[in-house]
Amino acid sequence: MVFVLRRILQSFWVLLIMSLIVFAGVYAVGNPTDMLIDPQATQEDMAKTAAALGLDKPLWQQYLYFLKGALTGDFGKSFVHSVSAMHLIVERMPATMELAVVSMGVAILLGVPLGLWAGLRPKAFSSRCIMTASILGFSVPTFWIGLMLILVFSVHLGWLPSNGRGPTVEVLGIPLSIFSLEGWRHLLMPAWTLALFNIAMIIRLTRAGTQEAMVQDYVRFARAKGLSNRRVVGVHVLKNIMIPIVTVVALQFGAVIAFAVVTETIFAWPGMGKLLIDSINTLDRPVIVAYLLITVTLFVLINLIVDLLYSLLDPRIRIAEPKD
Amino acid sequence: MQLIPARTLNIDFLKRVSGKNRVTSSAIARIAKHRLFAEYRASKNPGREYYQPLRFFRRHEMKRNFLRVLLGTMLACMGAHVAYAQEIKIGLNTDITTVDPHFMNQDALAAVSLHMYETLVGLDADARLTPGLAVSWKALNDTTWEFKLRKGVKFHHGDEMTAEDVAFSIDRPGTIKNSPVPYTTYTKAIVGKKIVDPYTIRFTTATPYPLLPNDLNRIFIVSKKLAEKATAEDFNLGKVEAGTGPFKLVKYIKGQSIELARNGNYWGEKPAWAKVTLKMLPNDPARMSALLSGDVQAVEKVPANLISKFKSGKDITIFGKPSNRMVFMFVDVRDTTPFAFDKSGKKLDRNPLKDVRVRQAISKLIDRKVLTEKTLDKLGIPTANIAAPGTFGYNPDLKPDTVDVAGAKKLLADAGYPNGFIITFFAPNDRLINDEQVALTIGQMLSKGGIMTKVETMPFSTYVGRASKKELGFGLLGWGVGGGEPSGALRGLIATADKDKGLGAYNWASYSNPRFDTLLLNAMHTVDDQKREKLLQDATEVAVKDYALIPLYNQVVTWAVKKGIEYTPRTDELTLAHYFKPE
Repeated sequence: MVFVLRRILQSFWVLLIMSLIVFAGVYAVGNPTDMLIDPQATQEDMAKTAAALGLDKPLWQQYLYFLKGALTGDFGKSFVHSVSAMHLIVERMPATMELAVVSMGVAILLGVPLGLWAGLRPKAFSSRCIMTASILGFSVPTFWIGLMLILVFSVHLGWLPSNGRGPTVEVLGIPLSIFSLEGWRHLLMPAWTLALFNIAMIIRLTRAGTQEAMVQDYVRFARAKGLSNRRVVGVHVLKNIMIPIVTVVALQFGAVIAFAVVTETIFAWPGMGKLLIDSINTLDRPVIVAYLLITVTLFVLINLIVDLLYSLLDPRIRIAEPKD
Repeated sequence: MQLIPARTLNIDFLKRVSGKNRVTSSAIARIAKHRLFAEYRASKNPGREYYQPLRFFRRHEMKRNFLRVLLGTMLACMGAHVAYAQEIKIGLNTDITTVDPHFMNQDALAAVSLHMYETLVGLDADARLTPGLAVSWKALNDTTWEFKLRKGVKFHHGDEMTAEDVAFSIDRPGTIKNSPVPYTTYTKAIVGKKIVDPYTIRFTTATPYPLLPNDLNRIFIVSKKLAEKATAEDFNLGKVEAGTGPFKLVKYIKGQSIELARNGNYWGEKPAWAKVTLKMLPNDPARMSALLSGDVQAVEKVPANLISKFKSGKDITIFGKPSNRMVFMFVDVRDTTPFAFDKSGKKLDRNPLKDVRVRQAISKLIDRKVLTEKTLDKLGIPTANIAAPGTFGYNPDLKPDTVDVAGAKKLLADAGYPNGFIITFFAPNDRLINDEQVALTIGQMLSKGGIMTKVETMPFSTYVGRASKKELGFGLLGWGVGGGEPSGALRGLIATADKDKGLGAYNWASYSNPRFDTLLLNAMHTVDDQKREKLLQDATEVAVKDYALIPLYNQVVTWAVKKGIEYTPRTDELTLAHYFKPE
């Protein structure tokens, strides 16, 4: 419990520093009113606009204003959308979450079995094929894969739509598109594009872990005890190699949620990443700041969950305060 | 074996035997023959099954089925084609952030609003003013304008549009807080309104203000009853839809699309499309692949490198038109400029660009033909004007400088720079068509004439901030000369900066010319159109001949459309679904 509390306290500092950096960074890039202003506007119009958005005040004052709002949970109104930044992001979250969950699901379901296979039969032709493919998987950039998928499956074959999200159904108030065939047709290519890198990574991790574990004493002992191969690999080996995989999967999951920017842009997927890019283009500071704060929170949470999972997977790891 | 007398082998018998009714007689004959033969064999060898469906027949039937399927598909496609003819999907290159017509003044948003809403004064494809919701307007005196409204125009919810709604729509922009780009720029000239009768409204301005009709081209008319208490969010959620336009809003999905349906009661020419989807695809490859894969039938803003590919293809047509976006160089005329150095790299304490001969030399060094035909792949038309060709205030006597390296070198020598100097030329790299390449080409051309030019490009968001603080001095900029006439651009870019009068808000060159200012101010207060156009043409001439800025070219705005659909391109670059028509 103390551990969790300490973690939360630490993350507050991270959030504070993060908001300061982003605030100053966006301020240094430029003034959003310059970007948006109508060519016909006069100096008076510009001054009025800056005042309406609170941009006429010095930076430290703007920051304090923001902090004051942030403490009450208000991260400011987006400059270009008429709604609050947080609302805007939360609104886009289901689309990104859906994409992230599906792509990580694909990555785990394909990555772990393939990695096990390659780890158990390191010399087999099939294993070599898997390993070669995995090198391709994480050396080819996502945007290229995305464009190639569009070129082949949308432009040439015409099987899948090239962009957008399918029709959504509200489930507990969350709009999801995974309940219709059309939704899956839209989801398939972006999810695959995002998954590819992770599949490759999980394959390599699983393979390395498996190879290492197979020569350990406990495996030999399990075999000597007469356990079936299935039980040895499926329970004992798998459980032991899970720690690095869980870490990587969790961090990648965070990264996929926060930075699916390229994929979302190419496939015009209406998620948070596309919102971030659009906001950076218009220097919509409230949205950028709120977005990155959410991202930081997300990573803090993921790390916390990973730490808690460790102790479940490996009883030797205990989460406790170091005693002096 | 039952012997069948030859004469009974008629078609009815064969049909009966073959069990088939709807095949050709020759097929029936073969089947019947096959069956009879099988029966004969069976009678010789009882216990064995001889009868098998004839291969020929199966194949035949398969062929028939295949044909039937094919025909069905074709029919379905034709059905789809009929639906296709009623529906169009268009890929836009901007993210539409709101559908409230008064929240934020931006061309891309206005283009979307123009589907659902209309203005008193319209703007045709060539940027000339046309009657919109007002059938006519005239200046009663220098400060009073009377607008006669179109009778019988119905809002989408059925009420008739009257002067009350117009008066309300003029006021509404002023009540919206937090707008990053308020529409009040276009309503602030109006100091008084008088509703004469439901179809007549008078506006008064503080000073003579000839641009009122142009300004009212930007203000959308909404129903007072519906919009009175509505927020931007109500508009976005589709709770409020208060327009008279050719389409009704069906659904606005943030970051994704806008769905529209034809307004069956529209007063003007009814659009060809019952259903329209505007998809937001700001990413160029995403937009183009959506077109190629048939997810959309039309896209705006085709990347320059794809134009020739599309043109050589069979199923896509490119529509283009010189737009009002004029690309020019702003040239610092202050006493010193931050990026001018002599050949040894020492900063110049005197700004060479202040000398009009140097500015003229720069203009003479630029080969606008190479720039527009090679660097821009024909997506530019050389110009020496501010207004777009053929629009109000365009001065046909001004011709772009032709390339003349010797002449330019002489001008530089006369100005005291026989060996030239070193300067940095700045440009955005994500704003204009091929902007980075254009800047590099210009750098090469200037260097050839002795002005060693370093080129530096950056994202527009950084660029505009630095340029407006006058940190750059010498750079490339594109300007949409909107509103159907150039006085806004002349006022913002060239007039001597004066905060109180609203002049020179974008005069990044710090240019000042009293003769120009007098002509422009005169034009801005002359209500008579003919006199005003002459004044604007004269003002443009004064500015261009003094190289207040160096106009380069007008961009050509493009649309790529699937064959079978036509688009009427617009000078103001707007993409409007009702301008698309099936051939």
